[in-house]
Amino acid sequence: MTFADIRSRLASPTTPDGPAYWRSLDELANTDEFQEFVAREFPSQASEFNDPAGRRQFLKLMGASLALAGVSACTRQPEELLVPYVRQPEEVIPGRPLFFATAMTEGGFGMPLLAENHLGRPTKLEGNPEHPASLGATDIFGQAAVLSLYDPDRSRTLRYRGDTKTWAGFTAALQAVLSTQTALKGAGLRILTEPVTSPSLIEQMHALLTALPEAKWHQWDAVYGTVQGGAAPATPLYHFKNADIVVALDADFMGFGPSSVRYTKDFSSRRRIGTPADQQNRLYAIEPVPTITGTQAEHRVAVKARDVHHIALALAAAVGVATPGAGAPEALTERMQKVLPVMAQDLLDHGGRSVVVAGPHQPASVHALARAMNEALGNVGSTVVYTAPIAATPADGAASLADLVADMNGSKVDVLLILGGNPVFTSPVDLSFTEALSHVGTRVHLGLYYDETAELCDWHVPEAHFLESWGDARAFDGTVSLQQPLIAPLYDGHQAIELLAALNGAPGRSPADLVKAYWAERSASGGFTDQAGQAFASADAFWRATLHEGFIASTSMMRDGATMPAAPPNGAFDAPVGSSEGLEIVFRPDPTVLDGRYANNGWLQELPKPLSKLTWDNVAYVSYTTAQEYQLKNEDMIDITSNGRTVKMPVWVLPGTADGVIVVHFGYGRTKAGRVGSNIGFNPFVIRTAQDPWFVGGASIVRTGETHPLASTQTHFAMEGRAPIRVVDAAAYEEDPAIISHMGHVPDVNMSLYPPHEYNGSKWGMSIDLNACNGCGVCIAACVSENNIPVVGKEQVRRSREMQWIRVDTYFEGDPAEPTGTYNQPLPCQQCENAPCEVVCPVAATVHSDEGLNDMVYNRCVGTRYCSNNCPYKVRRFNFMLYSDFTTPELKAQRNPDVTIRSRGVMEKCTYCVQRINHARIDAKTGERPIADGEIQTACQQACPAEAIVFGDLNNPESQVSKLAAQDRNYGLLEDLGSRPRTTYLAVVRNPNPALPSEVSAGTKTSGH
Amino acid sequence: MSQIFRKSANAAARSSLFGVLTLVLFLGWVIFTLMRSSWVTKQNEFVTQPLQFSHAHHVGGVGLDCRYCHTTVEKSSFAGIPPTKTCINCHAQIWTNAPLLEPVRASFRDDTPLTWIRVNDLPDFVYFNHQIHVKQGVGCATCHGPVDKMPLMYQAESLQMEWCIACHRAPEKFLRPRAEVFNMAYEAPANQLELGMALKTEYNVADERHLTSCSVCHR
Repeated sequence: MTFADIRSRLASPTTPDGPAYWRSLDELANTDEFQEFVAREFPSQASEFNDPAGRRQFLKLMGASLALAGVSACTRQPEELLVPYVRQPEEVIPGRPLFFATAMTEGGFGMPLLAENHLGRPTKLEGNPEHPASLGATDIFGQAAVLSLYDPDRSRTLRYRGDTKTWAGFTAALQAVLSTQTALKGAGLRILTEPVTSPSLIEQMHALLTALPEAKWHQWDAVYGTVQGGAAPATPLYHFKNADIVVALDADFMGFGPSSVRYTKDFSSRRRIGTPADQQNRLYAIEPVPTITGTQAEHRVAVKARDVHHIALALAAAVGVATPGAGAPEALTERMQKVLPVMAQDLLDHGGRSVVVAGPHQPASVHALARAMNEALGNVGSTVVYTAPIAATPADGAASLADLVADMNGSKVDVLLILGGNPVFTSPVDLSFTEALSHVGTRVHLGLYYDETAELCDWHVPEAHFLESWGDARAFDGTVSLQQPLIAPLYDGHQAIELLAALNGAPGRSPADLVKAYWAERSASGGFTDQAGQAFASADAFWRATLHEGFIASTSMMRDGATMPAAPPNGAFDAPVGSSEGLEIVFRPDPTVLDGRYANNGWLQELPKPLSKLTWDNVAYVSYTTAQEYQLKNEDMIDITSNGRTVKMPVWVLPGTADGVIVVHFGYGRTKAGRVGSNIGFNPFVIRTAQDPWFVGGASIVRTGETHPLASTQTHFAMEGRAPIRVVDAAAYEEDPAIISHMGHVPDVNMSLYPPHEYNGSKWGMSIDLNACNGCGVCIAACVSENNIPVVGKEQVRRSREMQWIRVDTYFEGDPAEPTGTYNQPLPCQQCENAPCEVVCPVAATVHSDEGLNDMVYNRCVGTRYCSNNCPYKVRRFNFMLYSDFTTPELKAQRNPDVTIRSRGVMEKCTYCVQRINHARIDAKTGERPIADGEIQTACQQACPAEAIVFGDLNNPESQVSKLAAQDRNYGLLEDLGSRPRTTYLAVVRNPNPALPSEVSAGTKTSGH
Repeated sequence: MSQIFRKSANAAARSSLFGVLTLVLFLGWVIFTLMRSSWVTKQNEFVTQPLQFSHAHHVGGVGLDCRYCHTTVEKSSFAGIPPTKTCINCHAQIWTNAPLLEPVRASFRDDTPLTWIRVNDLPDFVYFNHQIHVKQGVGCATCHGPVDKMPLMYQAESLQMEWCIACHRAPEKFLRPRAEVFNMAYEAPANQLELGMALKTEYNVADERHLTSCSVCHR
């Protein structure tokens, strides 16, 4: 790819095959190399073996295996054992899973979950449908957490300077150390945690701090617990359902943080429009980094992170908010000058029905401005409420950690308890935490892994995974959520609350006992009510009901309205945002492994990151214009220098990044993560400072001349510029609802040579709403978890051999220097009516079922790959090697027992979660009733926070999927081929502001022929 | 130099042509027969279990219903193997000191499960479901054979796909009234086909197209 290629293509709009939408710059340039890449579905010697064995060796092996083939078929099945219970628990039915409500924490906040449990093994996590923070959906971390539970690299033993010790020995030693602190009132004791919202843990902590008043509790979390330019005094909770106009100021509210699931649910409810007349919301996104929230924006402006403050000031002025104490905003860019007055007018026109959202990476001044605007616009109480911060720990982690480091360097710290987290790896470089650690007398680390921090501590205690733990946590809206263990600790893990109780003089108390006792005490005085608003009859009734539901309904601040903290004082609107000179570095946690805490999770490593679709690596994103300026192309290595510190990273040109910005994802470059996550990627923590954790100006880059191979799935399985997405403008759609169907051509049903299939019973179908999908990728993670899909590794991904059955294609529109639109398209098997795959299989391993599925029969497949060659959607995946792990015993326990583990040489693909269909059908038949609409949810549908995916029976005219398929927005992908896909899409409708005519791009293009 | 081959070698060469053909056919027959043999299928093969449990005694003799032990057969894919507690329900009262039952008592005492060898074992890519077969009128004995006459358990049928599919193609040949599913002594009436067709309609048994769809059993 060269810039000249792209420019020449863009300069000639008459190019007959010029795509309106493009997935990658390579596609846009359409070089010979790219055409070759697309032509070979599995490119780059994909047909050959990976190992250096040559042709001769291959023929020898083939000869031998052919000779053995006949014989091996005659081997007897190995003996299988049946191990019944001694005393079977009453509720356990072998073959049927049980579901338990629990919660995981992200930045201390509870993420409600339902855990599927097969005979004591948690195998799959879903959202808790009744919990306000989930409403049934999860994010990618919720889906992938179950793999971390079984991670064989988790820490298994309690250690003292490398020697194995017991828990009793540890607590005794710790109490001995602490007894010297009692006289000092704990002056030498410091506790470092991640943000904490757990009421029972806070109580233990307060008990300890009351007994030892000089001890201090610090907080550090590189992702959630740190702010730049001060912490906002109030936490906003948004009601996106009520908002017609949303202005996001560097706020990825759908993609980042524990509130993202609920916010996506609410926001997308205004995108899943039923009729052309339905009013859709409108999103303005002002952001330095292309985010999944930004892909949903009607008007997206890429700006430097530091400029957001000035834009907020200008916007405040435009909506009539006085900003005493703040200087005049800097001059805005030309584009921003055009957008800002229109945006302000839109806000003023929708007072009480709009909301200004400030992102967590912006300074307190931007939050104060957003709040002032929301108050002036009358939005408070309708689209947003403000509450006091929900976490008990300091909001500014960097400042808290700096205090700790100062004490450590002053040799004031005798005992440091690091309860969770990996500060040695993640702490700001200017604090020199590692160096400071050497001045501490006794260092104790509690963590899931024997990681970089554990290595430098005296004591290391293996932490229990949340699926092995008793506990509680508040969700982002304050709702108290209970954690209950799904399995006994696999590796002798312990919990923070247990450790604190030991320090509080109760070393023997179990976490179950501590949590239960805490809530027994509260239930009497708490005045809690259940979801129906009823008080609980007794403490026991409260405990049982709460454990069953997973949360206390009456603790949500969203529902009850909140006690609003005082308005920010004058002067809160000003903030130093740094120099505008040079390049700006924007730091962000990696979208899938965060700050490295999920580095050893193969599912998250291989989950393509939104927009760039990179796997197994972190990169520096630059804009197309910046890349041109510095003559950079994908995979080039650069030295990024900021304040005299340098990190070497590969470049990825991501359209939509702000010019003059280098977006750096941290979380890679770990050395002690485990066999999956160690020694991959690059570590930008070496240039991230406590002062500027999210953005810093004045940086410079130098191309080193080296390259680093990256594995991006963006160009894999491309559909050769056939423009598979359809986008219309809301006004055009309202005027002519048929506009979407006119964009394509549907051949006559009777054109097929094959007789049509008849469906007497169910006829399964799926509808995917592209207007709601924001491309977060949780469908992929859910599918991997449900269907036992293996991880293949970076080398194999580079060869297009990733196994995920559903992918999310991202399409950009317009000039790569400033794309006017970004669209996401989840793509599972389309279950075609005239399936091209079925007719070419020589062994009938893929056949049409009587309910319309394209069945895939693994045990019959001989691996010719003809089906995959013939599939126009490129949704089939082939096991080129033995990707499934048949040997690691820990991982065996994770697998879904209802889905076959595929071996080498077998084709596989999505079958609409046929195991769930079969279960529902059998239950319906046993109950002598029809299968109810909505009874079967595919894994991707269940996890999707945007509710973009709907599955159901097309033979039932009352089903939700039938109604969606009858909508005007409905179209089939590549339906001009006559394959008659059964999964259909609902087109994107964008609702741009008519006052910005040049931005209106949609509704004019056609695709197909 | 004399001829290497004598004239009679011609005859040998000609006959070897037939020989090769015969050999190929023979090998085919061997594989075909071997695949269906009870050596491969383990049909009618007694399995030595850690405990000599007799279905003949408990079902045929004592007259226990199948569901006394296999409790989940009507509500789950898996029929269920009884926990030791089920054995102890009775054997805390009778045969309390029988040496034969020591493994059962030891299991209950030490809280260690009994370990059985699976007799009717399908390949892992086959997802058989007891619940629906029992519901639709497939008798236990239809697949498991005369369990009430088995002192030691053996696999009564081949459990090969051609055997499964024979019934999935024409379930009417095997269906019985729901009330008779657990009856070991049930014998198919003379008008089985007629009865089967009537039951098929009454029980809303799926048609052949559905029952022979791959994903019904494989996924």
